[in-house]
Order: sequence, then C-alpha cells, then structure tokens
Amino acid sequence: MNKLLEIRNLSKSYNTLDGEIKAIDNINLDVYEGDFIAIVGTSGCGKSSLLNILAGLDNNFEGIYKFKKDITFSYMLQTDCLFNWLNIFDNCKIGLDIKKDKDPKKIDKINELLKIYNLEEFKNKKPSSLSGGMKQRVALIRTLATNPDILLLDEPFSALDYQTRLAISNDVYKMIKKEKKTVIMVTHDISEAISLANKIIVLSKRPCTVKNIYEVKLTGATNPIENRKAKEFSTYYETIWKDLDVNVT
Amino acid sequence: MSPNQKKYLNKKKKEKILVIFFQISIIVFLIGIWEFLATKGYINEFIFSKPSNILKTIINLYKNFNLINHIFTTLYEVIIAFVLGIFLGFLIALLLYSFKLLAKIIEPFLTMLNSLPKVALGPIIIIWVGANLKSIIVMALLINLIISIITIYNGFIQTDKNKIKLLESFNANKLDIIKKLVIPNSLVTIISSLKLNISMSLIGVIMGEFLVSKSGIGYLIIYGTQIFNLNIVMSGVIILIIISYILYKIISIIENKLLK
Repeated sequence: MNKLLEIRNLSKSYNTLDGEIKAIDNINLDVYEGDFIAIVGTSGCGKSSLLNILAGLDNNFEGIYKFKKDITFSYMLQTDCLFNWLNIFDNCKIGLDIKKDKDPKKIDKINELLKIYNLEEFKNKKPSSLSGGMKQRVALIRTLATNPDILLLDEPFSALDYQTRLAISNDVYKMIKKEKKTVIMVTHDISEAISLANKIIVLSKRPCTVKNIYEVKLTGATNPIENRKAKEFSTYYETIWKDLDVNVT
Repeated sequence: MSPNQKKYLNKKKKEKILVIFFQISIIVFLIGIWEFLATKGYINEFIFSKPSNILKTIINLYKNFNLINHIFTTLYEVIIAFVLGIFLGFLIALLLYSFKLLAKIIEPFLTMLNSLPKVALGPIIIIWVGANLKSIIVMALLINLIISIITIYNGFIQTDKNKIKLLESFNANKLDIIKKLVIPNSLVTIISSLKLNISMSLIGVIMGEFLVSKSGIGYLIIYGTQIFNLNIVMSGVIILIIISYILYKIISIIENKLLK
C-alpha cells in the first residue's frame, strides 16, 4: 500500500501566561492512499491542533510528520469561510488565485463540480443567497479545486442542522470517493465517523494520545446514510463511546 | 398583487408621508414662532435675530460680501482635511495591523490623543504652522485622523481568524491576506468611517477658522460676533447646518453605491 503520511512521536504544548498546557502527547499514525480516516475525540482534546500542525499552520511542536514527496493537501474548516464580497465561482477559485495557478483544467473542474451539485445557476451570485448546506458544498468545491491528494477536514459539518448534515456528508462522501481522495477528518460525532470512515482513531482526553484504532467493516456498506443501518454500527458506537469516557461534571 | 400586499404598501406609504409632513411642520412651526416672538418684541431681536432678517442678511452677504467665496473656502478646507484624514488613517491603520507589536506600543498614546480636546492645541498649531490655511487643515486633521485610525484598525482586527487560516492553508503570504481578505472584509467599516470623518472634518475646519482665518463660514461667524451683528452669526450657523447636511447626504449616497 502507498503510504502518504507518516506521523511519529508528535507532541504539542501551548504556552500561556498561566503555564504550559500539553495538548498532544506522542501521537503516531500512518495514512495510506485512499484512506478515509476519522479522528474522534471529546471537544477540546487537541484534535484540531493536530490538523493545524499537519496543514503547516503551526510550526511549534515536537516530533516529526512526513508527507510523501510532492503530496498536496487542502484544508476544510468548521465554518464555510466563504468571502461574502466574492461570487460563488470566485470563492471556489480563491485557492488557485493565491497559488497563482491558472491551469484551465482546474477551472473546468470547478465548473463541472458546480454543475454536479446544482450550483451552476448561483455561479455569479454572492454567498448570502445560498443556504447553509449549499455554502458547505461550495466550501468543499473550493477545497477540491486545487486538486489536493489529501483532504484535511476539521468538523466540516458541525455548523449544519441534522438533516442537512446527513445529506451533505453523503455528497461529500460520494465526491471524495469519485475523486479518489485520501481524507483525514476530525470530528466529535461518533456516528458520523463510523458512517464515513474506514479507519477511526480514538483520542483520549487532553493531553490527547491515541487510545484505540478501529478498522471499520460494515456489512453492505454503500453510502453514509445506509451505513448507519448496518448491523455492526451500534457495536462500534458503544465501543467508541466507552473509549471516549465522556463525563459531564 | 394580493389585497394584503396592497394594504401593506399603502400603509408604508402613508407612514412615510406622515413622517415628512411632521418634519416640515416642525421646521415651519419653529421658524414661525421665532419670527412671531421677535416681531412682537417678546424676545430681543438684537440678540436673537429673526428668520426674515437672517434671510435678508444671507442675500446681502451673497450680493455684497462674496458669500459663495466663503462657502467654497470652507468646503475646500473640509475636502482636503477629509481626503487626507481617510488616506492617512487607512495607511496608519494598515501599518498598525501589519505590525502587531507597534500597535500594542502605540495604543495608549492613541487613546490619550483621542481623549485630548484638540482645540487646546490650537494656539500651538498657529505658532508652529503659521496663521494660514495650513493651520486650519492641521486642526481638522488632528480631529479626524485619530478617530479614523481607530475605526479602520478595529475593522481590520475583526477579520475572521478562520478565514485567515483558510488562506494560510493555501500558502498565502501576509500581503495576500491583507489584499484579498482584510481590506475587502473591512470595506463596511471603512465606509462608515467616511461618515464619521466628514462630520469631524467640518468640526475641525470651523474650529480652525475660529482661531485663524480670513474667509470661510467660521470666519463669518467670528466676524459677526466681533461687530455684534447676530444676523451674520445666525446666517453662518444656518449655512453650516445646510452644508453639513448636504455633505452627510453625499457620503450616504456614496456609501449605498459602494455597498451594493
């Protein structure tokens, strides 16, 4: 199998005036081509910090991580982060603009994706005329526009209501499988992780370490909505729930 | 159109007419009662002036004292101060945003300057800059610049951190982030600072004209006071009200155009 990313002994501490806080403690992980990895942890456990480091936004950490040579990645955040003064097309193109990438194939790709997701008629409209779900689709197209090998998704559906969330995660899943992308997704939603991912990394509470890794195998797996009906689903759910050890105190 | 929609539109239209009617009524009533009280001798015409005299004075000023020239002097000064204020305010705010440490160091000084009544610096300005138009511009700049810097800078720092993160994940440099995100994102704040700035510029210019000037509306008001001709003073004030209202409206129109 083709290894795209290797993380070794990664640790991260935050320095504050009140002292040092350890957020990530010695994480090891390998990511292979075609993987859909879900990183699950309770909120505030440091899973977003991990993604920040991988995206190259935070250079203050210990340990190493290594992408395979010439691997590109793209980052999708919790909020859609659309620029309300740009139209939908220009929003999708912003990554290419910044990278000064004028590849006509990539522009065609944006148009194609807009068409597939029924957003073509909104191409010249501003984001304010779209619903939350449509905005998140635009955000995904923007993420895919630079043609990355790996997608880093940071709770990409958490701002959506439940129904839209299911529909969009279905879309995203299809889009990602069709484009044959490798995904690392951070989420606190256990069922989202089981329905989307083929590998789930459960992180402990802060400072987070890898508590368990599960290979997800569902009978009759097709798409995220159907996957929720698989008979193994509830077993995975209970096991991971116990791992997370959520107490509200 | 459904009957309900028609009813709604009618109601809104009536409301608008009512508002305009009362606004005009208030003006007519105030002018009327002022004229009446002064003519009947209930208030001293010499001290309070009266609308008909003010109108005569304005016509007289226009015919014999180059009123248009005075208005243009004031407008000219306001526009220079306004453009300089916005331009410098924007540049300094950008500088502070780009160098966070500088912003931290400067902040208490800005606050101090902002709360200082700038008119207190008037005599110093006259001595340093000279008794001329430059002094008036400097006075107006002192009043509009600090507030412009603070307003625009606050717009800049309110940029969504996630959006900055997004651009950084595309390997954007600082200039990209400022050009593609921070400035367009702060457009609304920058435009609303125009409104504030135009009022501040007018205040500054009139203050400057009070201190040192040979023409302008501020000069007319001071001149009227010195020869104790309240008709001239009141005329100056009325013209100022009209000028400030027109300037404010122009900025509002520009604002609507830009924000569309």
